[in-house]
Amino acid sequence: MTAASVATAAYLVAALLFVLSLRGLSTHETARTGVGYGIAGMAIALAATAWVTVQNAWGDPQATFGLMLLAAALLIGAAIGLWRARVVEMTGMPELIALLHSFVGLAAVLVGWNGALHDPGLSGALRDIHHAEVFIGVFIGGVTFTGSIVAFLKLSARMSSRPLVLPGKNMLNVGALVAFVALTVWYVITPSLWLLVAVTVLALALGWHLVASIGGGDMPVVVSMLNSYSGWAAAAAGFLLNNDLLIVTGALVGSSGAYLSYIMCKAMNRSFLSVIAGGFGIEAPVVGDVDHGEYREVDAATVADMLREASSVVITPGYGMAVAQAQYPVADLARRLRERGVDVRFGIHPVAGRLPGHMNVLLAEAKVPYDIVLEMDEINDDFAATSVVLVIGANDTVNPAAAEDPTSPIAGMPVLRVWEAENVIVFKRSMAAGYAGVQNPLFYRENTQMLFGDAKERVEDILRAAE
Amino acid sequence: MTRVGIVAEAAPETRVAATPTTVAKLIALGYDVVVEHGAGAASSFPDAAYRDAGAQTVDRDRAWASDIVLKVNPPTPDEVALLADGATLIGLLAPALRPDVRASLQTRGLTALALDAVPRISRAQSMDVLSSMANISGYRAVVEAAHEFGRFFTGQVTAAGKVPPAKVLVAGAGVAGLAAIGAASSLGAVVRATDPRPEVADQVRSIGGEYLPVVVDEVMDSGDGYATATSEAYDRAAAALYSAQAREVDVVITTALIPGRPAPRLLTAADVASMKPGSVIVDMAAAQGGNVEGTVDGERVVTDNGVTILGYSDLASRLPAQASQLYGTNLVNLMTLLTPGRDGRLVLDVDDVVQRSITVVRDGQSTWPPPPVAVSAAPVAASAPMADAVPPKPTRTLSTAGRTGLIALGIAALFAVSAVAPAPLPQHLTVLVLSVIVGFYVIGKVHHALHTPLMSVTNAISGIIIVGAMLQVTTPDAPVQILAAVAVLLASVNIFGGFAVTRRMLAMFSKGDR
Repeated sequence: MTAASVATAAYLVAALLFVLSLRGLSTHETARTGVGYGIAGMAIALAATAWVTVQNAWGDPQATFGLMLLAAALLIGAAIGLWRARVVEMTGMPELIALLHSFVGLAAVLVGWNGALHDPGLSGALRDIHHAEVFIGVFIGGVTFTGSIVAFLKLSARMSSRPLVLPGKNMLNVGALVAFVALTVWYVITPSLWLLVAVTVLALALGWHLVASIGGGDMPVVVSMLNSYSGWAAAAAGFLLNNDLLIVTGALVGSSGAYLSYIMCKAMNRSFLSVIAGGFGIEAPVVGDVDHGEYREVDAATVADMLREASSVVITPGYGMAVAQAQYPVADLARRLRERGVDVRFGIHPVAGRLPGHMNVLLAEAKVPYDIVLEMDEINDDFAATSVVLVIGANDTVNPAAAEDPTSPIAGMPVLRVWEAENVIVFKRSMAAGYAGVQNPLFYRENTQMLFGDAKERVEDILRAAE
Repeated sequence: MTRVGIVAEAAPETRVAATPTTVAKLIALGYDVVVEHGAGAASSFPDAAYRDAGAQTVDRDRAWASDIVLKVNPPTPDEVALLADGATLIGLLAPALRPDVRASLQTRGLTALALDAVPRISRAQSMDVLSSMANISGYRAVVEAAHEFGRFFTGQVTAAGKVPPAKVLVAGAGVAGLAAIGAASSLGAVVRATDPRPEVADQVRSIGGEYLPVVVDEVMDSGDGYATATSEAYDRAAAALYSAQAREVDVVITTALIPGRPAPRLLTAADVASMKPGSVIVDMAAAQGGNVEGTVDGERVVTDNGVTILGYSDLASRLPAQASQLYGTNLVNLMTLLTPGRDGRLVLDVDDVVQRSITVVRDGQSTWPPPPVAVSAAPVAASAPMADAVPPKPTRTLSTAGRTGLIALGIAALFAVSAVAPAPLPQHLTVLVLSVIVGFYVIGKVHHALHTPLMSVTNAISGIIIVGAMLQVTTPDAPVQILAAVAVLLASVNIFGGFAVTRRMLAMFSKGDR
């Protein structure tokens, strides 16, 4: 029993635990156990790798220096990670996850570079394969890195969320892929450092461009896609280092992330291929100044009265609720209405917020029981029998134009049919259009009334008026 | 001080426009209330009770001569003659059906308010006397049916044998229909209900009934909250449904009414003939011609095959104390609206949509009909049908052949690479392909709410790249070591941060305690 064989066995166990972990995350009941499996798997993998490393390095001064570096890096990284995880606001979760993806991307680039800098002493076909693997790893890692950075900047509003539209953007993407293949072939034939630099720059530029040309409203799919890319980057590193655990885990993350993106694309009625290619949803909104008529304003006291008399209430939150940090008062409102015997439920659009399941996390943070938080398909048929719908900071996900206006840029996207309810109250800061830049005819409907202002303050006003 | 008169109704009406309870509320509004001797006797409210509530009991002429007269049924011409000049009469005047009553009131500066013309808007619900009476009628219809029906409504297993529950069909799930469904199901019967408006299905289920849809490509969408007439195709489908149900059920209660029109015919004579002997039909639309062929208004009829048809049109009056109480409360709510100062002065504001709608005669001038009111209960016209009419956006999809071709190409490429490439590449590819498949299936049924935790856990797991960096960190090459250490640092942020944040999120998810 050598150190290597023990490590291989440990890797198998770790891979199994990762599969169990993903499986566990599928339902509420098993989710916590799932995280436990994941942590156990990671601990086993780290311990096995550390042991192998130590065994190989014992006695060699330079290797010992490496071990010290390793321990220091691990400790600092763990400290930073735990600290960020502790202090992050739940509304800031999308940014954090995007940033973490970029770390995996950058790590993959570094591992790839190391693979190139340190010649493992291969020859013949194996050497060529090794070179190709270096390139593939660096390329995927680079795309993930800058793509995630751009996603992070957009999500944290440090960069305009408008899609970047360069002339011939599809040609740029395809051209970058062709250039990558050409560079790879070239590098396999004559390995030289500048080619590696070139492919790194190319990958970074492509990642930037891919995500920059996607509008902010489509960020949930992008984040999920980058998650998938970070998995593929790890898998590529596995090929490079002959490490099955990396391949298994990377492929698990990559394919599950891709599948998650696919589910969300279907929810938005988008083509999956155009998402992977990047720059989907760039059809510039062509809606002119259609006269939608007048909208009606309402004050918090009136809304409180309506809620008092309502028999059933559905709350459909959107990104605006996250921005205003309104989840606590909203949860409080829901709780009080339920105590009065009002049937209160939440309707969550699959792409509400900036991350898949973003709204669920916020509502869970505010202690809204998850069995009254329903997804779009579960609640859409119930709107007709609902007294009051509160649309809190959502816009495109409740836009009737998606269902009724075939010329609308969001035509065909399934939406929450809130307008079927008796009364719709829309919480909104102003009459500006949503992320998709599409005007929302819901606001001008007969049964819709607008409550302007910060969502949190308005909900608190309602709570006060309901005392 | 304004005097309000509560007058006695002519027999056979048993209701009265005010009960001792509501009289007290009228007095609280600042009015002086007089009650005709014996007005409440048929509803079990003796004169003494009214006096205890603060009213005077007076004779017929003095009660009719009040400034405001509260009544239930439309007045006869003789009664109109008893009214003082400029008096206000409030009651169920049936303005649409009784032009003679309207005409008789257009005299001597009289004002007439029809409580049965209150629009169906949320604000006016507290005065909606049609709903409150329909509720009582629906309940009473079940009681009348149970009285005639020779068996239990509920199913029982007794020492003397097993009793199946009665099957009740309620046609029309309006207020009366829903009340009937509730009453019949609480007696233990199996209740089914029909209605042309599919949106009432949930209401039917909520009170214990089973909704029988009429399957036809048409959705009824009335603008004013009441049912409207249906199309021919619908009627044919409905007729077939009723014929089938008639053979099966024991009790039928029909409530189908369309304002201003004769009642729709739901059960034909043939349907009635197909029913079991001993079955009971309560036709609540008898006064408007009846939903059932063979109904006689106000009468109990037994057909040749032993089916009892009740055409009572006074169902609400058969529960007089209850009906008077609800009617009186509706009236008090109206009087509250008409007395903004709570000072005993009646102010009619014709700019208010509710007050305008009920005003039939004002100061001797006819104001009927009022402008139409769009009610809040109606869904926005045409939104749902339009949604169906929009064709799905065309999306580019591969043909089956193209898809099969691509899959074959992919498999062939994998085969070629694995066949040609030296070890360990084929082995790695095997691992990769199988892991991809596992990844797809393992999250196949992920709950939508868990997308974020799943993503942060996969993010943490993708930090496994740390293994690669760890293996490189002992390489005897300083730049490589530095780069590897940086990679370890980044990846460990990922691992620890990702798992910690996932745990934090999951700790927040909790299930409701009810």
